[in-house]
Order: sequence, then structure tokens, then C-alpha cells
Amino acid sequence: MQPFAYSAPTTLEEAVEILDKHGEKARPLAGGTDLLVQIRGGRFDLDTVVDIKKIPELNEISNGNDELVLGAAVPCHKLYDDPSISKSYPGLIDAATLIGSIQIQSRSGFGGNLCNSTPSADGIAPLIVHSAVANIQGKSGSRSVPVEDFCTGPGSNVLGKGEMLVSITMPNKGDKFGAAYERFIPRNEMDIAVAAVGASIMLDSNGKIAEAKIALASVGPTPIFATKASESLKGKEPNEAAFKEAASIAKSECSPIEDMRGTADQRKHLVEVLTERMLIKSLERIGG
Amino acid sequence: MVNVSDSKNYKVIGTNPIRHDGYDKVTGRAVYGADIKLPGLIWASIVRSPHAHAVLKSVDTSAAEKVDGVFAVMTGKDLPHLADSWIDHGEGTENVAWSSENIMATKKVLYKGHAVAAVAAKDRYVADYAASKIKVEYEELESVTNVEDATKEGAPILLEDLVGDHIGKKVEKTNIASVTRHEFGDPDKAFQDAEHVVERTFTLQMVHQGYIEPHNATATWDEEGRVKVWTSTQGAFPVRTSTAAILDMDVSKVKVTPLEIGGGFGGKIPIYLEPVCATLSKKSGRPVKAVMERSNVFQASGPAPGGTITVKMGTDKNGKLIAADTSIKLEAGGFPGAAVGAAVQCIFAPYEIANTRIDGYDIVVNKPKSAAYRAPGSPQAAFATETVVNELADLHGMDPVDFRLLNASKEGTRRADGVVFPVIGNEEVLDAAKASDHWKSELGTPMKGRIRGRGVASGYWFNVGLKSTVNLTVNTDGVVALVEGSTDIGGTRTSISMQAAEILGIPATDFRPTVGDTETAGYADVTGGSRTTYATGFAAVKAAENLIEVLKERCSIIWSLDKQDIDFENGTFFATKDPELKFTFKQLAANLDSTGGPAASSGSVDLESAGGAFGTHIVDLDVDPDTGKTDIVRYTAVQDVGTVIYPAYCRGNIQGGVVQGIGWGLNEEYFMKDDGSQANTSYLDYRMPTALDMPNIDVIMVEKPNPGHPFGVRGVGEVPICPPIAAIGDALHDALGKRFYDAPMKPGRILNVLGKISD
Ligand SMILES: Cc1cc2nc3c(=O)[nH]c(=O)nc-3n(C[C@H](O)[C@H](O)[C@H](O)COP(=O)(O)OP(=O)(O)OC[C@H]3O[C@@H](n4cnc5c(N)ncnc54)[C@H](O)[C@@H]3O)c2cc1C
Repeated sequence: MQPFAYSAPTTLEEAVEILDKHGEKARPLAGGTDLLVQIRGGRFDLDTVVDIKKIPELNEISNGNDELVLGAAVPCHKLYDDPSISKSYPGLIDAATLIGSIQIQSRSGFGGNLCNSTPSADGIAPLIVHSAVANIQGKSGSRSVPVEDFCTGPGSNVLGKGEMLVSITMPNKGDKFGAAYERFIPRNEMDIAVAAVGASIMLDSNGKIAEAKIALASVGPTPIFATKASESLKGKEPNEAAFKEAASIAKSECSPIEDMRGTADQRKHLVEVLTERMLIKSLERIGG
Repeated sequence: MVNVSDSKNYKVIGTNPIRHDGYDKVTGRAVYGADIKLPGLIWASIVRSPHAHAVLKSVDTSAAEKVDGVFAVMTGKDLPHLADSWIDHGEGTENVAWSSENIMATKKVLYKGHAVAAVAAKDRYVADYAASKIKVEYEELESVTNVEDATKEGAPILLEDLVGDHIGKKVEKTNIASVTRHEFGDPDKAFQDAEHVVERTFTLQMVHQGYIEPHNATATWDEEGRVKVWTSTQGAFPVRTSTAAILDMDVSKVKVTPLEIGGGFGGKIPIYLEPVCATLSKKSGRPVKAVMERSNVFQASGPAPGGTITVKMGTDKNGKLIAADTSIKLEAGGFPGAAVGAAVQCIFAPYEIANTRIDGYDIVVNKPKSAAYRAPGSPQAAFATETVVNELADLHGMDPVDFRLLNASKEGTRRADGVVFPVIGNEEVLDAAKASDHWKSELGTPMKGRIRGRGVASGYWFNVGLKSTVNLTVNTDGVVALVEGSTDIGGTRTSISMQAAEILGIPATDFRPTVGDTETAGYADVTGGSRTTYATGFAAVKAAENLIEVLKERCSIIWSLDKQDIDFENGTFFATKDPELKFTFKQLAANLDSTGGPAASSGSVDLESAGGAFGTHIVDLDVDPDTGKTDIVRYTAVQDVGTVIYPAYCRGNIQGGVVQGIGWGLNEEYFMKDDGSQANTSYLDYRMPTALDMPNIDVIMVEKPNPGHPFGVRGVGEVPICPPIAAIGDALHDALGKRFYDAPMKPGRILNVLGKISD
């Protein structure tokens, strides 16, 4: 590890200015639970670390009737400490309570998880099934990108030079909506997903599926929005046959590798098992 | 000597006093190896091979030497490099030439992470940076990382000068360092007569002890030519022996100060850093410290061998075992010395079998040189034997505990390696397991979506004796200072003091026990082989008995009586002919100054054997047949513990062994990549169980006193890691109807055995 400078800007403009000036040599620091480990491990050779926690927009957490706005530096525990968020965004809460440990959840959040952009990130699939959008600020302006389009490869994403994530916005889908996220790990904590699945279901007034979303983690170079599996549920009765079919389609939408954490075949099998389980759980949570 | 039959009258033995190291450890004041700071201290960083197998062509240190803040640079050529010579640690011998090559290679690198050079600099960051400037040229060779590949025709040879001893035959150009055979009766004929024969082949992967504290050493080499070492180790004296041998100096030139140790389990017996720090100190004139990174602890310390074990056992029509045959092939790592000798002694130990053959193979592979890990070799052996035993019990339609009782080894049973068992507690342990609440209970309802299964298995460890010394000094306030040379890994300062306290009739809290350095403590062999409470405790008993004689002498001065007219009982010295003349221990201590000052004594032992011990474990687990996830939901460990000195330690020690065994059974393994390197070199991916993976572990302690110890102590710490792997496999069989022959029984393997995914 080499010495680096630390800066803690208090405005977005300042932060973007510093990031733009240093390019590859600077990185934002949210909770730091990925970044500090990576610096120590030699993954980045930085001359500046930009602490973004002093910027008001990044600490915003506003839960309105229509949407939730989550500042990019809000730590996980703030979500599950708020019962109104737990009710409308259950998939998010599943992730917020399983990332790392209480210590990690007290510092780190979905912004850092998304920007770190690992295939196994536990925050990203839940954001996808909650139809989240990433709000980005750069020197020349701001833009918004659906979370499913944010990651471009292991550890890489759409953020360009000098750009940073400001917040994540998610619509409130009302009472006929349920979501869930689960990862498979061999132990009960402190592990990286071998495979993970997030799902959400919104029912119409007839009790049929108006919209469903399925997202997969740890089974491809980025978290995957399983569009075919999701589409297959539209207009169907939410029953075992429909869920099993969607699970089987989801299995074909992933492209896992084989490594120390599991084989490709094992991961595909787990996608099928977990997809069905998460759809059942999402359904159970509706109106619950 | 104290009579074992007095056991129920003990005042100190069998109680749970506050441990002497407790306050410092819970308040963070305890000084561990890496905490030591000396004036002018500099840091070492070690350059390690990126290849699993390569010829070391050249090492160019010139760029590193020029880095600002660098004080010294060394390569393997800076170590003396002696011809083959052997040193004896009591528990295992060591070839100094190989140890030296292991500490820093000069000819070949034999595993990824093998040290080739080192730098000492003003801090660890500069040291790491300078180390990255050292240019090493390698000629890569094909690597072999398991016993099958290493023994194939045409396999690359690791050690060109290794001459294998294959049951007495000298063999050159081989990776099989030794083959041993123990034979008893006529197994081939007995198998022909057998009613049932089961033969299975098992595989196990290399696993790490997983101690939390990484290896560390700090050393100075002074102008007088003396080397001083501070380190955390399982044996200060063995570190002295090894360091002196590798640096080619007399033992008395080396002084080793052991600091608190954060776990060892056998892995902190060998040395890795001490001669390197000493050499860098010689070159720089400064104290030099090195602390391993976790990834290096995995890749370059001494894990436990994996391997392949075939076990064949046969029964007569009544279910009596009549024949057993095994070949145990364990991977030694880059240099010979897998725990196969111990595995051979343990593999059939729980059973009385008239016709037995045991072949043991010590095989070098391109992995770190394996070291001891809690009952070295026995957990691997037990996985194989106990699984076959459970299958045979099934074939006979017998309860597996009854099957074991029918076949249990007992006093007088002869093992294939020639040992005839003295008093052992195997049958008592099985009886206690059978009578336990756990064994008698219903399985209960599994968690949602899971299937519950119950399994059982036994295990054995022989324990060792060896040399120990304890010195006592009575202070005038009646407190006894106790100095011993056995490093304290698990609370032995207290378990040793308690034994002296029992003899002296004073509370354990009236002791101030210290682990001395190699120049203040009397000689002691390693803290290993479950020997410390047994052997060093024995030395404490002797020291206390000697102290009573010294104190009687002092009474005789004070009372002007003959020593033989003075007696000692229940903590009181008294004149046998005058009931008015008596002193409690404390009163006498207060009077010592007038009789020559504080009284002192010493006690030493050199014990040839120790009482071996047995365990039988029962496990209930819930397995998810769709994901392969397994949770242990109930666990009972029954163990023969001799006389319990400190019940809370004893229970904790057994629980700790069980936890490690569960990790070995379920998820832990060195996951090897095709290039011969370990993929999972962090605790994130080396999946040791976490607290959330463990149920409460019930312990049933069966007290069968060891007649070879004044209080009946048996070693406790190693047996509990032996049964879990097989017990878990048996429970999975109960749940899923399939037997498991490969460890770990991780989720992917379970799905594969169930036919749900490919291999
Ligand atoms: C012990 C431990 C356990 C863990 N367990 C889990 C787990 O179970 N599941 C899981 O998914 N992860 C886990 N992690 C990883 C990590 O905690 C999560 O990814 C966490 O969400 C990261 O958030 P952070 O705020 O700490 O990010 P940081 O480390 O601050 O940032 C992560 C990356 O994103 C960049 N970044 C941060 N904020 C922004 C921004 N606003 N704009 C642009 N780039 C930005 C940083 O430069 C860095 O590259 C664990 C980590 C540790 C140390």
C-alpha cells in the first residue's frame, strides 16, 4: 500500500471536479468496505481518496408515496431501521440485512455495492426487481440509467471519467406488490453468493400477474435481469406451474463460470431452485 | 505419590478457578508474538514463488538494495545450508537440510509461496515495495498436487536426491518418500472366510488449522554472536533447536522468548521466519520482525495432508470384525513427513481385529510442507474406517453403537503396529454414548424443506509423554511462583498450577504461573500431542512433592526437630509428636526468611507413553436436498478424558475440536487450480465454520483415570477432531440414503451424489 491523499468535499460540484481532475488516480469512498480492502490488496494505485459522505445529496433518504430516493452513501442499516421502507421495499431489506455483518451494514450501502459492480453483489439484483434507476452526476451534467444497465462487466460500469453516483430511485408499487432476495452460501454468514436470485411480483385486480421481475447474481459477468423468465409470468395465475416454468427459463438465462465457489452446473441448478423459492416468497409477501 | 483412588476427595482438581491468563486476555493486555516492539526495530518482507514447481535459476536483489529505507536483503544462499542431518523433537524428527530449503529455497521451489528472498526495511510498506523489486528467474516445471498424480508413471520428481524407503527397499527417482507395512495375523485368509466384506476408497483435501494469529518472529543477532528470538510458538525449546540447527550454531547461542499464542493446533511447531529475521538482523545490526499475511499462512505454513485412503474390513456371521486391510496415502507437501506414521497407529485402534494389514505412504507433492494438525493423520483415517464400520453395521442390521461395542478394543487388545493397550476407556465411552439422551432421543422435525439425519462415529488419539520441567518458588506471602517451559495454548498455566495446588493444599489462585524463556525455564518439549496438562502437570506434581520436603526441612529448623518427625497433610505442616507445633502453608511461608529465604524446588519428567483416549460422537443434521446446504442441529461428543482437572477447559477443548472437525467435514479444503496454486487463500473462500454455523455442542466426559499419571490425567485436546467427518457422512447417509466417500461433503458434492448436477 502506498500513501494517498484524502479529501472530503461538501458539494457535488467539488467532488466531481476532483474526480475529473485525477481520473483513474482518484476514487469515491462511501462506506469504504470494498474500497479500503481493494487499496490494501493492490487493486488500485490511487493518489486521492474522495470521501463523499459529507455531501448532503448522498445522504438523502426520502420515502415518498410514489418513490424512494436513496442517497449513494446511505448505509444499509438506515433502511431496515425504517418500518415504512421495509413494508414497500422488502427485496431491498432482504439484501440490507444479509450484506456482511452488523458492522458492515452500519457503514456500507447500496450505492457502494452498485458502483463496485461485482457479479456477486447482493444489492444489485434486489434493486433490479424493484425497478431502480441510478442517478449519475458528471462534470457536464446528470443522467439516469436503469440499474439493470449499470454494470458492464466484473468490476466495471457505465460511469465515465469524473462521473459519480448521486442516488438511486425506486417506484413504490403499492399493496399488490411483493419482492424477495436470497443468496446461496454454504455457510450461514461471511460468504460470497454461489448463486443468488431476486424476484418481484405485482398482481392486477384479478389476482393475475401484472408484472414480474427476476434478477440473478453470481451467475454471469454482471448481475443479470432475466427478462425472458420475467416476461413469461405476465398475465399468468401466480401458481406452481407458472413459477416452475419461469425458474426453468431463468436457468437458461445465466452463464456462470466454474471456480472455487461452485461449478457452473451447480450454479444453474441453484438459479432454478432459488427462482421458484423467491417467486413463492414474493407472492406470500403481497398484502402481508 | 497421590493415589488415583482418592479422586473424589480432591479440593482443586475438578474445579473451575479463574484462569491465570484470563484478565490479560479479556482486557487486551496480553502480549502476542506480533506485539513485541524493540528499539530500532525494522520489518521484513519475504519474496515468494509464484510457481508451484520450478528450478530457481537466479535471484537478483540489486534493485531492492537501492530502495530508500532498506537495511538488508538476503537469499537462501545466506543460510549455512548443511548436509542432511536429523534433529529429534521428541514428537517427530526433522531433516535440517530440508527445513532450511523450506525456509528459503536455493535450488528449486516446490510450492506456490515457497520463500526465495527477503528484505528488511524501515517499515512493512517499504519492505513490501523493495521485495517487489527483487528479480527472480524461474524455469517452470510441471507440478503435481495430489497423491494420485504424484505417483503416476512419468510424474515429475520433486526431490532429485530423495531415496525412498519402500518397505525396506531403497528406491531412487520417486515421490514416495516411504512405504511402511504393519501386519498381524493373516488378513487375506480371513477375508475369504468373512460373511461380509466392505472395501471403499476415500479422498480428502488438504486443510489448514486456521489459527487466527498468523506466524510471526522478531530476532536480533548481536555483536557477541548470540541470537535472540521472540515468537509465538508451541515450543520455545524446539524453536531454539531448529533455529540453532539451521543457523549452524550451538543451542546456547540462541535464546527464545515465547509470547502469547493465538492458536497453533500443531501448525506452530515448525519454524518459518526465525532464521530469516536473525540473518537479516545480522546483516543490518537491527532487530527484525516478520509477520505473515493470511494468504501466506495458507500457502506457506504447514497445513494437514489430504490424500487417498482405501479401507477393507470383513466380519464373521455374528458381526465380529475378523479382518482389516488399508492403504493410507497422505500428501507430505514439498518435503517428506506427512502424518502417515500416526495415521497408521490410529486407523483401526478402536477395534479388536485379529488379522490386520496397514500400509502407509508418505508422498511429496507441490503443496506447502504439511505439519501436525490436532491428532495428525487420525481424522483422515477415522473418516475411512468409521464409514466402513457403519456400512458393516448396516449389513448386519445392527445398531452402530452395539456393533462398535461388540468389536471394541480394550485393555490387552494388540494393535497391528504392535502396541498392546493398557487401561483404556473405549467401551465406557460407547456405553455412555448409548445411554446418552441424544442417542435415545427421536430425530425431531427438520427445518422447512430439509431432511434430518443422525450419524455416529468414533475416533482415537494415542497422546504423547516426553520431557517437561516445572520450577516452584514460595514467596513469603504464601504465593507460589511457578515457571514452566511448555507454551500455553489453551490454559495450561492453570491446569498445571492446579495439580501443584492440590498437592500443596492451597488454592490455584495462590499460584503465579509463568511460561519462561529458554534461559529461565527448565527444558520442555512441544505443547503438542495433548501432553501438557499430562506431562508438565506430572512435573508440577513432582516439583510440589519436592517442595514439601524442602518445607519440612524448614519446619525442622524452626522447631528444632528432626525432619522425619514432621509431616504434611491437608495443607498443614505439623510435628508428629507435638500437636501444638503446626503451620499452615501460609504461616510457614511467612517464617521462611529466618530459615534461609524463599524456598524453591523443581520437578522433571521424561515420559515414554501417555494414556490414549477415545471419543464417540453423535450428530443430527438438516440437509436441503435441493441446494445441498447442511446445518448441524445437534451434536454430542462423548470422550474418555482420564481425570478431569478443569472441567470448563476440558469441555471447551472438546467443543473446539468438534468445530474444526465439522469444518473439515462440510466445507474446508485447499481448492487447487490447474497451475498448482491454491485458489482460496483467504477466510472468505476457505470456508471455516462461523459461529452461526455451530449448534451448542454437548460434551459427555467419561472419567477413566490414566494409571500412568498421579491424578489419572489423559490428553484431551486431539481426540475430538477425529470422529466428526465420518459422523457427518453417516448422518447424510441417514438423511439421503447415499454414502459419502469424499471430503468435504460440500453442497455441490451432495447435489452431485444425489444425481442433481454433474461433477
Ligand atoms: C467483511 C465484509 C463482508 C462483506 N459482505 C458482503 C456481502 O455479504 N454481500 C455483498 O454484496 N458485499 C459484501 N461486502 C462488500 C461491501 O461491503 C459491499 O459491496 C458494500 O455494499 C460496499 O459499500 P461501501 O459503501 O462500503 O462502498 P465503498 O467501499 O465505499 O465503495 C465501493 C466502490 O464503489 C465506488 N464508489 C462508492 N461510492 C460511489 C459513488 N457514489 N459513485 C461512484 N463510485 C462510488 C468506490 O470507489 C469503490 O470502488 C463485504 C465486505 C466486507 C469487508
